[in-house]
Amino acid sequence: MGDNLRGKSAIVGVGHAGFGEAHGQTAYEIMAQSSLTALADAGLKLSDVDGLFCTMMEDSMPVVMAAEYLGITPRYIDGTMSGGSSFVNYLTSATMALEMGLCDVALICYGSNQRSASGKLVTASKLPPYEGLYSPRYPISGYALAAARHMHEYGTTRENLADVAVAARAWASHNPEAFMRDPLTREDVLASRMVSDPLTKLDCCLVTDGGGAIVLVRADRAKDFPNAPVYVLGSAAESSHRQISQMKDYTTTAARESGKRAFEIAGVTPKDIDVVELYDAFTINTVLFLEDLGFCQKGEGGAFVSDGNIAPGGGLAVNTNGGGLSCVHPGMYGIFTVIEAARQIRGDAPGIQLDGVELAVAHGNGGVLSSQVTAILGGASTV
Amino acid sequence: MGNPLGPDATFRDGLSKGQINLQQCGNCDQFIFFPRINCPHCGGTSLTWHPASGKGEVHTATTVRRRAEKGGDYNVSMIELAEGVRMMSRVDGIAPLDVKIGLAITAFAGEIDGIPAVLCKPAEG
Repeated sequence: MGDNLRGKSAIVGVGHAGFGEAHGQTAYEIMAQSSLTALADAGLKLSDVDGLFCTMMEDSMPVVMAAEYLGITPRYIDGTMSGGSSFVNYLTSATMALEMGLCDVALICYGSNQRSASGKLVTASKLPPYEGLYSPRYPISGYALAAARHMHEYGTTRENLADVAVAARAWASHNPEAFMRDPLTREDVLASRMVSDPLTKLDCCLVTDGGGAIVLVRADRAKDFPNAPVYVLGSAAESSHRQISQMKDYTTTAARESGKRAFEIAGVTPKDIDVVELYDAFTINTVLFLEDLGFCQKGEGGAFVSDGNIAPGGGLAVNTNGGGLSCVHPGMYGIFTVIEAARQIRGDAPGIQLDGVELAVAHGNGGVLSSQVTAILGGASTV
Repeated sequence: MGNPLGPDATFRDGLSKGQINLQQCGNCDQFIFFPRINCPHCGGTSLTWHPASGKGEVHTATTVRRRAEKGGDYNVSMIELAEGVRMMSRVDGIAPLDVKIGLAITAFAGEIDGIPAVLCKPAEG
């Protein structure tokens, strides 16, 4: 996204469905229910949608399947699959398509039933060719390798990582939509079953069902809808590798570049941001992304996330819905960073609603720290 | 004469014969891994094969926990060879939890479940 796309599109509807356990429902049913909810939120109908942006954990042509399911014939589609970052990435392509007149109503959508269908994290991707033989537990071992290196270089501790999970749970405990709301302590995380050192079961995101959807239109008509528009002020991507063995520096992700460009386009800095929604597939993600996006210095992320600093009432509001760690994680979480950021700006967040949110970061991650996409969203005062 | 083997098959062929071979770029002189037809550093396409020194160290590591009846815990490491390339491997001959970052290793051509694989053991001396 270039500077000339700043504020050119706006989110006018959000929706979700099937959070937690959605027994007896297919992934496409959850996707469609999310989409209908988002369209109703925007005061639009399925027949208004002429741009579709979707990928799923199943099928080789999910965006085409989704169009068929919804009964629409979109004139612009994007099914780019970069993992969980895909849905943040679609903010860029949807904004371009809207601005160029290739579509007028863009629907970004996703759904998964992977908890009730299988009970474990399912990935459509095969193990990478030069890694599969060693049986890393995918994807957690990739993140564990990064966490181990961060601990080695910067003295980050398991207690620091545990505090990420504790903060996420503290936010989730106020969110009736969150799947896990019971109290969680640092000791609980440390005592949890080790899966791939140094990450325990409670350092990992949930495996839930769920779907989400977002409706975008051109900014010039964004005020014609029932809800306050949420503007896309900037979005940017950077892909650094696919296989974890090809990551150049295990302590610095491509979020440094995606974040830098997204902030430049938006014309704001981390200091201006009111709320941060990050893809926290594992506790180390939150540490890495807060560093790489510029909310603290490289190497200081462990201390930054500790002792309640990113929990309710702390110095920085991070993952206010409870994140993938405690709210919802149906295979890919990225779309929910955008939905929660938009709801915080609109003022209708389901859990703790912060006062006066005008600027939010939604950051998506895909693969094994492979694809990073950062979006800056803003309220009416920012355009 | 059939078609020459591509880089992936060439590497695997060497491994099955007990050799770890690495490509070096004729343009920027850097060694690369995984095997490719183009240098990921400079885009050069004149890549030549050289036997790896086998010397290296553990860049980062994890112990994957597994129930004893399924074979027990095992190591997954990212090793950095003296040539400057990194690859995933497993360090044998040492308890998984003792595989620390910086551990000097010797890489060798071994097998996992009958499939040729780069494996490592702690360096001697």
